[in-house]
Amino acid sequence: MLDAIASRLEQLADAGILGDGTPCKVISASDVLRLADDTGVPGRIVEIAALERGIIPDRYLRNRQSLSAKDQIQLLESRVCIVGLGGLGGLVTETLARMGIGRLTLVDGDVFEAHNLNRQLLSRSDGLGRSKASDAENRVAAINPGIETNAVAEYLTASNAPALLGECDLAVDCLDNLRSRFTLARATAQAGIPMISAAVAGLSGHITTIFPQDKGLEAIYGPADQLKVDKGEEQLLGCLAPGVNLMASLECAEALQVLLSKENILRNRLLVVDLGDYTFETLQLA
Amino acid sequence: MNRVYIQLKLFAGLADFTPENSDRVPIESGVSVESVLRQLDIPSVKAHLIFINGVKGSLESRLEGGERVGIFPPVAGG
Repeated sequence: MLDAIASRLEQLADAGILGDGTPCKVISASDVLRLADDTGVPGRIVEIAALERGIIPDRYLRNRQSLSAKDQIQLLESRVCIVGLGGLGGLVTETLARMGIGRLTLVDGDVFEAHNLNRQLLSRSDGLGRSKASDAENRVAAINPGIETNAVAEYLTASNAPALLGECDLAVDCLDNLRSRFTLARATAQAGIPMISAAVAGLSGHITTIFPQDKGLEAIYGPADQLKVDKGEEQLLGCLAPGVNLMASLECAEALQVLLSKENILRNRLLVVDLGDYTFETLQLA
Repeated sequence: MNRVYIQLKLFAGLADFTPENSDRVPIESGVSVESVLRQLDIPSVKAHLIFINGVKGSLESRLEGGERVGIFPPVAGG
């Protein structure tokens, strides 16, 4: 099968140019789709095969040179679980799909409501009442049908977490309450995978990355069994779109760094942000 | 006691309690974060995450003057 793809790729490859004018070989998004349909493999597999032969899928031309072909292949081979598909999760889904993360597990048991419309990228006035997981999956398919998705219209619990996280390389915490965040943290530790966690209130937020052996959320919120509240200041301040979108973008930047095994990540550090006065500060947690 | 100064940055819902002189809040050298908050009528029950010069501290941490103190209430939205 891969041999068949390889020979077709060479035929379909076209001359293209990178942003800096360097000539290269490209394959169009429609040819990737056709080849995937003809051979019965997901589009991301075709994209990987192309990149391995020095052919750049045209949808990723502007990822170069920030991402090498090897980096792009690594992203296409990754599976990320996005837990919570509201304000943070909507933009994380959109951005990870565009960056070319090959497999996305999309988890949220909720449906869209009118009060989501102020910030949640995937919410629409004609889509109220619809499943967030299902709409997120449709959005990914509209951006890149070659990405494999697993949409789960359930809330993450201790019992369904092992199956949802089992094959993932990374989880992104896009939840909106403390108890669920701790449930996810315990589950990622058990699954042996890192988790990126961001939280927002008003125009403020913070983000960190937690590996299984780390102290994790306890360093931010205190021990789970001593939690006095399930929600934070967002109950008073709400969540404004620029704050949510920025924190979601930071989660995506961090996902890129973690998936590509970069060193300068937010592990044991907390990046705190306040867009009210443009404070950005990175704190040492441990 | 020695009069010294700290910088104070209050995040999210605590921002409303920010004193006018937040860049130069007078304190007595050696006092705890908790007593500074009391002095400024800032509810310490909301002082969830305290950092001093970029490192995590606590209500009991002592301040000598010259520190930058940041305080976050619990934040969990998304």
